[in-house]
Amino acid sequence: MNTRVQQDATGAGQPSALGPQPLIEVEKLEAWYGRRRILNGIDFRVDAGEIRVIMGGSGSGKSTLLRHLLGLQKPRSGTVRLLGVDLGRASEREMLALRRQIGVSFQGGALLTSLSVGDNVALPLREHTDLDENTIRIMSRLKLEVVNLGGFQDLMPSQLSGGMIKRAALARAIVMDPKLLFFDEPSAGLDPVVSAELDELILRLRDALRMTIVVVTHELESAFKIADTITVLDQGDILMTGTVDAVRRADHERIQDLLNRRPREIAVDADAYLRRLTEEQAA
Amino acid sequence: MNALSRPLASLGRAAVQSVAGIGYAGMLLLESLYFAALGWRVGQPLRLRQVLEQMRQIGVDALPIVTLLALTIGVMLGIQFIAALREFGAQSQVVVAVAKSVTREFGALITAILVAGRSGSALAARIGSMSVSQEVDALATMGIEPVRYLAAPALIAMLVMLPVLTVFADTVAILGAALYASPALNVTPAAYLLQTLSLLVPGDLWQGIAKAFVFAVLITLIGVSTGFSVSGGAEGVGRATTRAVVLSICYIIVADMVFSFFLNR
Ligand SMILES: Nc1ncnc2c1ncn2[C@@H]1O[C@H](COP(=O)(O)OP(=O)(O)OP(=O)(O)O)[C@@H](O)[C@H]1O
Ligand SMILES: [Mg+2]
Repeated sequence: MNTRVQQDATGAGQPSALGPQPLIEVEKLEAWYGRRRILNGIDFRVDAGEIRVIMGGSGSGKSTLLRHLLGLQKPRSGTVRLLGVDLGRASEREMLALRRQIGVSFQGGALLTSLSVGDNVALPLREHTDLDENTIRIMSRLKLEVVNLGGFQDLMPSQLSGGMIKRAALARAIVMDPKLLFFDEPSAGLDPVVSAELDELILRLRDALRMTIVVVTHELESAFKIADTITVLDQGDILMTGTVDAVRRADHERIQDLLNRRPREIAVDADAYLRRLTEEQAA
Repeated sequence: MNALSRPLASLGRAAVQSVAGIGYAGMLLLESLYFAALGWRVGQPLRLRQVLEQMRQIGVDALPIVTLLALTIGVMLGIQFIAALREFGAQSQVVVAVAKSVTREFGALITAILVAGRSGSALAARIGSMSVSQEVDALATMGIEPVRYLAAPALIAMLVMLPVLTVFADTVAILGAALYASPALNVTPAAYLLQTLSLLVPGDLWQGIAKAFVFAVLITLIGVSTGFSVSGGAEGVGRATTRAVVLSICYIIVADMVFSFFLNR
């Protein structure tokens, strides 16, 4: 059996003349659901080797942003470039090559329930490489050991606890040794100890495997612990991007509200509400 | 005015939605066939193992219930035809009546309705719950086309197994009729079966088989497309499952009628 891993066709990762290429480059990204604008034309970039935390209150548009970064949703306008590839213009082949270099750990894990933990982790290898079965098994077992799940490969996802599912999903996300790793809400629904373990794991991935990691979370504590830089999202706008200290010290009112868990003043515009109601009636 | 325009508007919306639904189903069909035929060229090969697994679930696992129903339908047809034809003293025509109605009509119809209830609903439920738990998104981000991974194997398996099951059901139903009717006709079951064979032309069988292909496409597309469009958690999955079964059976019966009309003119 040959052990050729399909060639990287994106040309990313090669040093360009203009210095390091950003791994993620978002320009004027707008997202809409029906007639509601969720992202108001945001710009940001993530450089190689950093852990970027995207932070924001509930409904601020974090998940929507993530779906656009993953190419699961097409932007109304603006561009998203990952590893130099413009998601809006990439051919199917380029998208496939790109996706092989990206790992994603979804909020609920999203392990395939019909496959064992080991088969879940091995799935990308089986689908995208010509490796023989033995090598695949060894590689997926190694990745399970990285997330402290060595020996659990024969269990089914339904037999795992919430924290174990997140770690198994992480193992699957990193099994192809991606350049770029996305992590949605690593600590949601986990107890503090388990969530601290996951934070450690994320830091280790950056240091040991040199991954660039984007974490979406609303957990302040975990954000401050793992982030190199933080992007604060609020109502579809980026309020600021900066280091942990810079964000902590920011004298922006909304950011301080978020940090101090002060609720937004709830302003109900009665007229607008009535108008919406009557419009919906008419529709 | 409002009283008139509102039903009209909702009728229009329903029409737009169903046209959009048919467009979506058509795209699913083309994409599935594309991945099945040429997927390997773009790194999205159809996996034989998945197809075989689907064939087992759709075909082999359905054998007991198909046998039971086909046998019952055969006996039932035997009873009805003997009763009806006796009035004209044409009892001996039972053999041809059963043979033609089973192979052209009932074998394919009963099998398709059964498979819609068993496997169409299972497809909708499986893909629906995968959509809800972001497994479909996960597949896409892993570079595994959900249509290739989830829809194409089911479509191919259905296209193989439904015609096979239909021929099987034809055989069993005729056997059932033979068991009931041969004493009434004073012939042995073997003689009954031999006479059936001599009366049937390949066109009769083909009519049922052609229908089975169409039903296979309908069941798969409806199951898969309702599955992919699930939103709203576990409740949404339940609703989609029911909807897939009801829609499939409606489409199957209407398609069957259209088919019979054009093939028997
Ligand atoms: N499928 C959808 N259809 C319509 N509106 C949606 C949809 N998904 C999200 N929204 C709306 O988009 C806005 C942003 O949602 P999003 O899920 O991106 O927020 P979030 O920052 O991830 O919040 P949370 O922390 O609660 O997950 C919300 O106001 C939500 O109502
Ligand atoms: Mg979210």
